[in-house]
Amino acid sequence: MTHHPMGSAEPLLAVRDLRVTFQRHGEKAFRAVDGVSFDVRPGQTVGLVGESGCGKSVTSLAIMGLLPKRGNRVEGTAIFDGEDLLSLSPSAMRDRRGADIAMIFQDPLSSLNPVVTIGRQVTEVMERHQGLSRKDATPKAAELLERVGIPDPRARLINYPHQLSGGMRQRALIAMALACNPRLLIADEPTTALDVTIQAQILALLKELVVDTGTALVMITHDLGVVAGLCDEVNVLYGGKIVERGGRHGLFQRPRHPYTVGLLNSIPRLDAPRGEKLSPVPGSVADNLPWDSACAFAPRCPNVLDVCTQEQPGWDGDQVVGYRCFNPMGGPR
Amino acid sequence: MTDRASGTTDESPRRPSYGQRRRARIDALATAGTVDDQPGVSLIRSAWLRLRRNPVFLIGLAITVVFVVLALVSPWLAPWDPTARPLLDQVRPQSNPVPGPEPGHPLGADDRGRDLLSRLLVGSRQTLIVGVFATLFGLLGGLVLGTLAGAMGGWVDSLVMRVVDVMLSIPSLLLAFTIASLARSPSQWTLIVAIAVVQVPIFARLLRGSMLAQRSSDHVLAARSLGVKPRAIVFRHMLPNALGPVIVQATLSLAVAIIDAAALSFLGLGNPDQRQPEWGQMLGLAQRYISEAPHLAFYPAGCIIVVALGFTLMGESLREALDPKSRR
Amino acid sequence: MLRFVVRRLLQMCMVVVVLSMLVFVWLRSLPGGPVSAILGERQTPQRRAALEAALGLDQPLPVQYLKFMERAIQGNFGVSTKVLPGEDALDVFLSRLPATIELSLLALFLAITLGIPLGYLAARRQGSVTDTTAVIFSLVGVAVPVFFTAFLLKYFFAVEWNLLPVSGRQTTGLDATRVTGMFVLDGVLTREWDAAWDAVKHLILPAVALATIPFAVIFRITRASVLDVLDEDYVRTAEAKGLTAQVIRGRHVLRNAMLPVVTTVGLQVGGLLAGAVLTETVFSYRGVGDALATAFREKDYPVLQVLILAAAVIYVLVNLLVDIAYAVIDPRIRTR
Repeated sequence: MTHHPMGSAEPLLAVRDLRVTFQRHGEKAFRAVDGVSFDVRPGQTVGLVGESGCGKSVTSLAIMGLLPKRGNRVEGTAIFDGEDLLSLSPSAMRDRRGADIAMIFQDPLSSLNPVVTIGRQVTEVMERHQGLSRKDATPKAAELLERVGIPDPRARLINYPHQLSGGMRQRALIAMALACNPRLLIADEPTTALDVTIQAQILALLKELVVDTGTALVMITHDLGVVAGLCDEVNVLYGGKIVERGGRHGLFQRPRHPYTVGLLNSIPRLDAPRGEKLSPVPGSVADNLPWDSACAFAPRCPNVLDVCTQEQPGWDGDQVVGYRCFNPMGGPR
Repeated sequence: MTDRASGTTDESPRRPSYGQRRRARIDALATAGTVDDQPGVSLIRSAWLRLRRNPVFLIGLAITVVFVVLALVSPWLAPWDPTARPLLDQVRPQSNPVPGPEPGHPLGADDRGRDLLSRLLVGSRQTLIVGVFATLFGLLGGLVLGTLAGAMGGWVDSLVMRVVDVMLSIPSLLLAFTIASLARSPSQWTLIVAIAVVQVPIFARLLRGSMLAQRSSDHVLAARSLGVKPRAIVFRHMLPNALGPVIVQATLSLAVAIIDAAALSFLGLGNPDQRQPEWGQMLGLAQRYISEAPHLAFYPAGCIIVVALGFTLMGESLREALDPKSRR
Repeated sequence: MLRFVVRRLLQMCMVVVVLSMLVFVWLRSLPGGPVSAILGERQTPQRRAALEAALGLDQPLPVQYLKFMERAIQGNFGVSTKVLPGEDALDVFLSRLPATIELSLLALFLAITLGIPLGYLAARRQGSVTDTTAVIFSLVGVAVPVFFTAFLLKYFFAVEWNLLPVSGRQTTGLDATRVTGMFVLDGVLTREWDAAWDAVKHLILPAVALATIPFAVIFRITRASVLDVLDEDYVRTAEAKGLTAQVIRGRHVLRNAMLPVVTTVGLQVGGLLAGAVLTETVFSYRGVGDALATAFREKDYPVLQVLILAAAVIYVLVNLLVDIAYAVIDPRIRTR
């Protein structure tokens, strides 16, 4: 592995060769994550982008130790602060979760317990990790709600999730995640279930919080638009592998992998002439080839060569920039 | 209405429609809102694929098949006439009220000297008759009420469902006891009617619920917006889709009917005619000899349990197979 | 919350009214009509005529129904013909009620305290030997007729092994003070420990028999419900917060999983009434169920009328309680 001069700070989280294989009783094993490596430095925002089924959520759940106990195998390492999260005992991992690493999820309604008040769901994190009593944690919970932009926070403490709007619920979830000042926040499609206007608000809030607190953020999304406004570094996943990585500007201005290009072209642009056709990536992940002896994206790729269906493309690049393609856009470098 | 309903239920959307383009188009639209293009076919086929490998279902199916075959052929299979009393001379009311096994009578006889094995075998037939007819009548009653409520909506729905809810609020066995106690001279039809009435509200609710869900579903809305007649919507789109839950409930009802029939017989509300042996009746009569001859109760009870279990296993695994969300 | 309770109460009243109509119709359709049904063997032309006038049988149906309701509200259901001949039907019911309450409460207690923990355990160990065994037992439990369970228990524990009494509520000849009519409670209240222990021994077998079906049902609902909740996103959120296993189990899994269980427990109370008819008969336990069994068999219509109406009212009340409990647990119902 080469070390790029830009990455002067030690990585906060270094994921190396992460593999997750699902093995259901009587079914064929399925490798959802296939050798993913990336770094997250303190205060940095890193995006994991791809269609559903590309392995981005499984990656985050594996790092958090939240995959179901049975039916899967996790290999590789995820070094966080000198410790490999993947080989920690379940109880040690429990101590990290919610304190050092926090996570927010896609659907704020189903991610909140419907029969417990918002206040209790915020305070319980602080009771668990900071040893606070419920009484001491309550005013802090109100402060947190205020910080994430929930109006009238004291009244909201005794509300139940169903009494809040979708945007407010997501803010409450963010408050819970930030309750113990984690150094790493993983956000799994935090805006997908929300209205467009609310999406923008939540993204602005996340950006503001990341800047203010210095928390590193891993942003998981299928939406390159989200990435454009937020991330320092972007990883594009396809079929369980990272197929392209780059800084925000580089990736958007000069995408190399045909899949990245496809994703970019599927974003509607305001400045495009009327009647111009959107060009989504044709086909679906169901057409994938196995990575072992081909490029998984080959069946959907406009740039496909013969070699693409015969050999696995290697990683062309380093820990900061690179792609995995035999025939990249703009030719090989 | 009943006749028409039962005549059209099997007309699921997968049948080729009458060759008319408009109907074909509507049918295509009608199923477009669901997961697959032809939910009837794929749901049933995928359910069958899962069932074929499910040991629970296979055990239930095996028990059921054996039971039904026995019920059909038992009169020819039974070694003795179930009403004859070949061991009468061995019954000693004081010392030995129930003759034990002996050559030719592997299970012995009952308190009147009748061959126990033959009565058990022939009893399967009566038990099957009670179970099947009670479920069938319950289903028909529920079909009429549920279709009425689900299809018409409005005050008809409110009225029917109010009555159904009240019937459901009475514990089902108590309701069956109450209805059976009305009979002036009890017979097997007392059992059948009493149990059927209890099943009516269950089927009515089930059908109404699933029709309501259908009514607001995309394919029914689509059919309606294309101007399909309400009656056609009910019979061609709503009822066939409600079939799955009904089959599940009917299978489970068979188990309940057999158990309830036993309870009614036990209380003396069943068929008093001992020339028509039935397991529940035999079990009820055996209570008198609990200390002298418990086997007299064990055999019919064992039969009831195994058969009820068979239907239950089959019904439960059907339910799982048809409901993609469920699990074991 | 108050509006919710009031609305439910009104609904319940509706149910009772419709039920009373059903009982009224049932009474009218009795073999020989209501008069001979109520008078039974004590029929004389004079009594017949008097009762016909009292029931208002010459008047239109709605008036008859109102008269019937008037008598019902006054507690006048007639005189028992078979269960306790000559006694007031309502008194027969009231005298038998404590015994059945005692029996049902114990059965329900057993079913809940065994069914919920076992259901939770089975769900946590889904697919394990424990789980599979428990599921098979619950399926068999539902397939066994209650009275046969009772019969088996009686045969083995009372007749064969002689561990517990065969029948009744109390050893004959035992002199115990009566306070509430619930023998165990009476023994405790009066500190007659022998009497209390004697009553408990008589209660065990019928209560276990009566508990089997509610146990099986509660077990299966709990298991299914816990399995559903374990899959919920909010449980994953709780895990992501690093909460302790106890907090996740109690606050996040069980509290949500209990919602369908509460409803099921309410529904089982009705089943207990029916089960009591059978169980009490097997054990000659003199409660409401035993009276009902006699009344059904011997066609004691006045007693049946009281018992059915009362059973329905009790059932409706229990369900009201369940609804309130549900609203207490589930804020989505409480705060709309």
